[in-house]
Amino acid sequence: MKILIVDDFSTMRRIIKNLLRDLGFTNTDEADDGNTALPMLKTGKYDFLVTDWNMPGMSGFDLLKAVRADENLKDLPILMVTAEAKRDQIVAAAQAGVNGYVVKPFTAAVLKEKIEKIFERIQ
Amino acid sequence: MSEDKQNSPGLDPEITSKLKEQAQALVEQVNAGDYARAMTLINDLSEVRDQSLYQEVGRLTRSLHEAIRNFQIQPQNPEQQEALSKMSDASDRLQYVVEMTGKAANRTMDLVEDAMPRANAMCEQARSLRDDWQRLRRREMAPSEFRELYGRIDRFFESLADDAEKMYTDLSEILLAQDFQDLTGQVIQKVTALVKEVEENLLSLVVMASHVDQLTGTVHELKEKESSIKGEGPQMRAAERSDVVSGQDDVDDLLSSLGF
Repeated sequence: MKILIVDDFSTMRRIIKNLLRDLGFTNTDEADDGNTALPMLKTGKYDFLVTDWNMPGMSGFDLLKAVRADENLKDLPILMVTAEAKRDQIVAAAQAGVNGYVVKPFTAAVLKEKIEKIFERIQ
Repeated sequence: MSEDKQNSPGLDPEITSKLKEQAQALVEQVNAGDYARAMTLINDLSEVRDQSLYQEVGRLTRSLHEAIRNFQIQPQNPEQQEALSKMSDASDRLQYVVEMTGKAANRTMDLVEDAMPRANAMCEQARSLRDDWQRLRRREMAPSEFRELYGRIDRFFESLADDAEKMYTDLSEILLAQDFQDLTGQVIQKVTALVKEVEENLLSLVVMASHVDQLTGTVHELKEKESSIKGEGPQMRAAERSDVVSGQDDVDDLLSSLGF
């Protein structure tokens, strides 16, 4: 299980990386926005994507849409971990095909629950 | 802008009274059929308009100048005082906040990542010793095993003292790493004060601009802003707003209402 963490703040990437490690996911890579993430995802090495929404360059929402539009990536599970809290945005993300949505600030328990729920549904 | 208060929005009372006076005179001249005099009055009228325009522009310029002068930094350094504005300083200051908070977060995470395996090891050793100790109390332990346990307990106490001390040092360093709050708090308060000041100045600029519009008779067509689904960052006062979720439970409710 290889996970890509996308967030423009390195501290947030580090926090998520640590939390994922505690959950037993030690194989993670990082990217700082959609433009960096997309080519990495296209290598096909990743099984799971955790992304922020608001980033310079390509936003997480655009990344979500780009992934869903890509024939090889369209089934990649995506968890959005973001400070974006408007109902419209959450609905839009759901419609664009996000698998889970966590609002910051979040707890380790919430992240764990959402990730487990996503995997449950996939299996 | 105190002189505006008594009069209907905008115009200088001096100017409005002048306008009234001249308008009346104009009507009188037209009625009297003195068109040459009327033309002169029309000229005068537009001069009054120009004059008040100049006045507004003058006031605008003074305000702008004042605003720019107010943005100076480092009073102890007169050369820089001329060159730098508080605005560029404000973005530097905020950059400093980003750096400070980033540094503190990383320092804290370094210490936590360092301490976690040690806490884990302490926990594992203590558990294993407790299990063996209970076997000993139940008299299920062979003498050779006991000798080994004896040595392990000895070493555990030794390392426990060291590890606990190191843990204490880590914790107190984590505590110290939070000192950024004081510094960044001060910086943010300063920037907030500046933003407020700028807002006030901008507001008076807007008021002035509306005076200019009024004098020149300009009407602006305002285009409606199209809404787009763009990232906005953290929402303040989420609990008071209905278009914003107030936490993860709200998100979960919303998503489950969509069939998630």
